[in-house]
Amino acid sequence: MDREYRAIELTEHGSFKSYLLGFVLSLIFTFAAFFIIYSELLPTPASQYTISFLAIAQSWVLLALFLHLGKESKPRWNLLIFLFMVLVTVIVVFGSLWIMHHLSYNLMPPMDHS
Amino acid sequence: MSHPEKYPDPHNDINANTVFGFWIYLMTDFILFATLFATYAVLEKGTFGGPTAKQLFHLPYVLVETLLLLGSSFTCGLATLHIEKNNIRKLSGWYGATFALGLAFLLMVGAEFVQLINEGHTWDKSAFLSAYFTLIGTHAIHIFFGLLFIPVFIGDVLRRGLIPVTIRRLTCLKLFWFFSYIVWIFMFTFVYLMGVSSNG
Repeated sequence: MDREYRAIELTEHGSFKSYLLGFVLSLIFTFAAFFIIYSELLPTPASQYTISFLAIAQSWVLLALFLHLGKESKPRWNLLIFLFMVLVTVIVVFGSLWIMHHLSYNLMPPMDHS
Repeated sequence: MSHPEKYPDPHNDINANTVFGFWIYLMTDFILFATLFATYAVLEKGTFGGPTAKQLFHLPYVLVETLLLLGSSFTCGLATLHIEKNNIRKLSGWYGATFALGLAFLLMVGAEFVQLINEGHTWDKSAFLSAYFTLIGTHAIHIFFGLLFIPVFIGDVLRRGLIPVTIRRLTCLKLFWFFSYIVWIFMFTFVYLMGVSSNG
């Protein structure tokens, strides 16, 4: 029984409170993002920045309250791997958009050089 | 059992290593999704004269999908709380709710796909639709396998009880299920909401 209990300790940090809080905050973020777009509350660039922020905020809430990221003991390998993943993601997504934007700029109808 | 601190339990190390390895898998999986997101972002405007994101997506429908998946994540979290209390009855009950909500989500995504295909908006029509079906379809496959694992793992718990092996599997499943919802947040925001709000 002792063995089983310690196996649980390693993997479970959750409590009813943290799950409920994460759930309620996620609901608020989801509905806020939906209504900002659906009711065309804000002009286009402002609304897109707002829902991007809401998405990042919601994933942050879930990482903290559902996945308990950063709550592990000292050599925080989970957190380190996660941050490396974020770095790769940012490079892949923004790098692709950056390169392809310049590519389509350079592939515009050729100008007359004569 | 007299010196639990002196002699570390090998089961603990195995469990921790497995969960850590599974976490690394999830992170690489997110990089897979990142490449698909990047592809979608690049190809989104390539509609080849066909319908745009704004014309195809119905936001209230997608909101219901989101709420179903969020609800299933919540019930999955509540289910794992009963591991500690060793309450297999409540554990399987909450996992049943997770399964039902996840299945409802998957069926709604399936119905969305069938409707798009019936209207002639198949993946071979434009770069936008290719990227869309690949991105959402990959996520749907993840949900499908998550739904497959729930009855298998719960069956194992009912048969063998909450022993370290079954607890470890449930922990991995929980991480997988939360992760799938986090990926969906970005799809809801950047594919559906952004697609409808952009001009054209």
